[in-house]
Amino acid sequence: MVINEQPNTDRIWEWMKEVEDPEIPVLNVIDLGVVRKIGYEGETLVVTITPTYSGCPAMKTIEKDIAEVLEEYGVNNYRIETVLSPAWTTDWMSDEGKLKLHQVGIAPPVGHSADKSLLMGKIRTVRCPICGSEDTQMVSQFGSTACKALYKCENCLEPFDHFKCI
Amino acid sequence: MNQDLFKFLLRWADNSLIHGQRLAQWCGHGPALEEDIALTNTALDYIGQATNLYKYAAQIEGQGRDEDQIAFLRDEWEYYNLVLLEQPNGDYAFTMARQFLFATWYHLVLNEMMQSQDAFLSGFAEKSAKELKYHVVHARDWMLRMGDGTEESHSRIQKAVDEVWAYLPEMFEMDELDQRMLQQGIGVDLKKIQTQWRSQIEAVLTEATLRIPADGWGHTGGKNGKHSEHLGYILAEMQYLQRTYPGAKW
Ligand SMILES: [Zn+2]
Repeated sequence: MVINEQPNTDRIWEWMKEVEDPEIPVLNVIDLGVVRKIGYEGETLVVTITPTYSGCPAMKTIEKDIAEVLEEYGVNNYRIETVLSPAWTTDWMSDEGKLKLHQVGIAPPVGHSADKSLLMGKIRTVRCPICGSEDTQMVSQFGSTACKALYKCENCLEPFDHFKCI
Repeated sequence: MNQDLFKFLLRWADNSLIHGQRLAQWCGHGPALEEDIALTNTALDYIGQATNLYKYAAQIEGQGRDEDQIAFLRDEWEYYNLVLLEQPNGDYAFTMARQFLFATWYHLVLNEMMQSQDAFLSGFAEKSAKELKYHVVHARDWMLRMGDGTEESHSRIQKAVDEVWAYLPEMFEMDELDQRMLQQGIGVDLKKIQTQWRSQIEAVLTEATLRIPADGWGHTGGKNGKHSEHLGYILAEMQYLQRTYPGAKW
């Protein structure tokens, strides 16, 4: 009798939701869109991930955490591969992920990453995640982590993080 | 091993690593907290880009070395970064003038590199160009702010632009290796970029009320391992631990 011990990839996609982003723990790696592919090469499960930023220090932790979850579910024959192309974009962030960001006071990415307005010196309107005002100002393109910019709200006067669009 | 490709990759990787190390030196010394954060984030982008390139270079080399061994165990003459990037940070004006003139160029390089026949390089370029966009905007804002600022800031940024200017010709040099890489559809035509770069930076310098320096003699040699005295000090500090305790991990 042959027993198929390979778990279905649909189930593995579900398991991956248990892996948190170490820097913004409300998001899991599926919300973030860093898991690109899950499939089998013969007996070996291959999970393909892509970094958000080239120097993102969270990637090593994410890789380790994915391995832990797989092993907890009894998968021991696996490989985690990192690819750079196609380049990660905030367009891959799930709607659920954007909602979660908003709920913890981080303004989610707005618009589409292909938009060239940044280089033209235009700044998109970012709504304050605390009071909802559109009267906000960018303080710095760079924030507490590589993926965030620093904003302040002119209405409620609170500073907040904006997950920038790339 | 493809010796040409290996050296070509190291040139780009070393640019990123050395530039990243210099920017990282501002950590804890930025003129304002936001700037401290901006420069360390930027440094991290470059160091990450260097890591990606070294990994691929190690694979091309095929000697079983990894990215850390390539970064930490090579000597000065085996480093191929531009001489500009190893220069000390100076004041904030020098750091920003260098960042602006270099990042504007590198962003254009990456846009060209996206067409490379080498699948890794084109993917690398696509990824990194997104990061460079932010570096360019940040540095450009500082050029405008300092150039069109006070008398003090204007004179400092002008002096910085004048100083950086003598290091720029190396960015556009196409030596035999660059030519071969270009012919194979892997490399980038740096001469072609020069015109675009010139018009982009002239627009910003003019808006910042800065004078465009006259072209003249340029420092060069970094791309072939001939460096100023400053690189040795960076490597000494960066490599000390791995040289003293080979294979140390934390
Ligand atoms: Zn508000």
